[in-house]
Amino acid sequence: MDRPIRVLVAKPGLDGHDRGAKVIARALRDAGMEVIYTGLRQTPEQIVNAAIQEDVDCIAMSILSGAHNTLLPRVVDLLRAEEAEDILVIGGGVIPTDDIPALKEKGIKAIFTPGTPTQVTIDYIRENVAKR
Amino acid sequence: MMFNKDQISILKDAVDKENAKTQEKLQKRPERKTEFTTGSGSVVNRLYTPVDIADMDYANDLGFPGQYPYTRGVQPTMYRGQFWTMRMYAGFATAEESNKRYKFLVEQGSSGLSVAFDLPTQIGYDSDHPLSEGEVGKVGVAIDSLADMEILFDGIPLDKVSTSMTINAPASVLLAMYIAVAEKQGTSSEKLRGTIQNDILKEYIARGTYIFPTEPSMRLITDIFAYCSKEVPQWNTISISGYHIREAGSTAAQEVGFTLADGVAYVEAAIKAGLDVDEFAPRLSFFFNAHNDLLEEVSKYRAARRLWARIMKDRFGAKDPKSMQLKFHTQTGGSTLTAQQPDNNIVRVAIQTLAAVLGGTQSLHTNSRDEAMALPTEDSVRIALRTQQIVANESGVTDIVDPLAGSYYIEAKTKEIEDEAYAYIKKIDDIGGATKAIDSGYIQQEIMDAAYDYQKKIENNELIVVGVNKFQIEEEAPKGLLRVDPAVGEMQKQKLVELKAKRDNTKVEETLSALKKACEGSENVMPYVLDAVKTYATLGEICDVMRAVFGEYQQTVNL
Repeated sequence: MDRPIRVLVAKPGLDGHDRGAKVIARALRDAGMEVIYTGLRQTPEQIVNAAIQEDVDCIAMSILSGAHNTLLPRVVDLLRAEEAEDILVIGGGVIPTDDIPALKEKGIKAIFTPGTPTQVTIDYIRENVAKR
Repeated sequence: MMFNKDQISILKDAVDKENAKTQEKLQKRPERKTEFTTGSGSVVNRLYTPVDIADMDYANDLGFPGQYPYTRGVQPTMYRGQFWTMRMYAGFATAEESNKRYKFLVEQGSSGLSVAFDLPTQIGYDSDHPLSEGEVGKVGVAIDSLADMEILFDGIPLDKVSTSMTINAPASVLLAMYIAVAEKQGTSSEKLRGTIQNDILKEYIARGTYIFPTEPSMRLITDIFAYCSKEVPQWNTISISGYHIREAGSTAAQEVGFTLADGVAYVEAAIKAGLDVDEFAPRLSFFFNAHNDLLEEVSKYRAARRLWARIMKDRFGAKDPKSMQLKFHTQTGGSTLTAQQPDNNIVRVAIQTLAAVLGGTQSLHTNSRDEAMALPTEDSVRIALRTQQIVANESGVTDIVDPLAGSYYIEAKTKEIEDEAYAYIKKIDDIGGATKAIDSGYIQQEIMDAAYDYQKKIENNELIVVGVNKFQIEEEAPKGLLRVDPAVGEMQKQKLVELKAKRDNTKVEETLSALKKACEGSENVMPYVLDAVKTYATLGEICDVMRAVFGEYQQTVNL
């Protein structure tokens, strides 16, 4: 790759817990990626618009509100509608293990739950955006 | 002074010699680490002696429990008189479901209610708002109008229980609904006991459920102070919260410093609004976290009490002792819970409970083992409540007031946290107060730096979290997590349709336009909010009126 990986770190949903999002954003930046952080309360539409405008390789969403089953798949659907499904979509936060298979089926490629070392997420993004 | 100078000087020589001797032995047998730090990352020594607290003056710095500066507690008898209020934060799905959980908790020996609202309610949206999609009833109960509130407290006598409500930006609306429900039960507002969180500054800093910009938000808060001092005199009008600041990643000293800086901002705003300090300050309450570093946490609560007492007396000239007493609720640390081996969380919560109790808390919520994954089940909640009951009834620590006082370490640490927190308050004063320090992003940045530092330490294995970076096992996915019925959103929407068809919409309009005028002027808005909720105007309708007049807050994003 001739340019750094660009990642949109996004907070869908109404919860204000942005510690995880900010820690990930910093860790990705320290790992040499270009990071754009959306701030709180972003709708799927806003997230997809920002991703396309910023020409990112990956959308990393953090959600702790419990609305993940509604909001995360919608981002994937909107990307598809915009023909931007090559953008890697991943998620993290308080997400019950039981919900993960269905989310993956809907196109959220990986879910990182509490306790995941940032390095695991960094490695995952490197390996999987590289396949684009 | 507790020790005379000569004694200290002799002791200091002895301590130095002893340390030198130990240092030699370390050649053969090194310690586990070259440097030891607390959970907040501050360095701790091997040994504490009277030398470390040589400057401490018993009467000035500690005093007796129930006496200024309240380092040792706000009451003379503490838990010998009565235990803290065991107050479990709960609420999910519909008002009907939550009402059942409250009745369960009361049956299990909970001594106060604590209402969790869902995010749309906390941000002033009705359940049918587009942004509410997927969020209704998820992290708390959905309240759209007085009708929901009536169901929520059905069969719960509001003259008997004390109720804490975690509500901030729309606190005036939910408080008004509570007053209206009580009236219908035949209980007048003077008899109501409880707390609204009503702490908007920490929403901007850490928690995120703000609506309006800082200035009108501060006005809403002082309107509530003024209204309650006359109409709801037993109500705690604010719970100035360090809890979320700590959850966002701050250190223990930052938790105290930033929280008390917010406290200073509220007191200044109320004084500026023409209130007398002793009229509202006794109704201020605080809310702190309890993390795993037991002795650091105990010192933190003691430091917070002493520093607040000094601020109220010296800076604001409070005369009423009640204005100087820092009373606080504690919740165990959500961010310390692990999704890995969740039963281990029971042990963490027990340590944190002990910290809060040894620190002299007035009420306590204990988290449940499954909360890193979902809302807690009834079984998990019961264990969490039992943890408090075991500490209260079996540990023996409740029979002595402030039993750790006089420990060389505890007293040295108490002083250290007080000094560090005071330095933050001074720094924030220099910036121009808490609202300016928030608008500039200073406080958020300090917390973020600490959070990132902590994360790096875990990833380098400098800090060990059992089950996360050491002692891991292969695990199966946990079974039986609590699920909120996805139909809740539709049910709430349906209720709204029926409500709007049934209520007197002309009256609703009248009260909303009267409220608008009050918001535009300088009158106290509380009576107008109360009039509106009584006509079954919805939370969203009331907040929309306020949004139209006040505008909305724009977040400062820092990384």
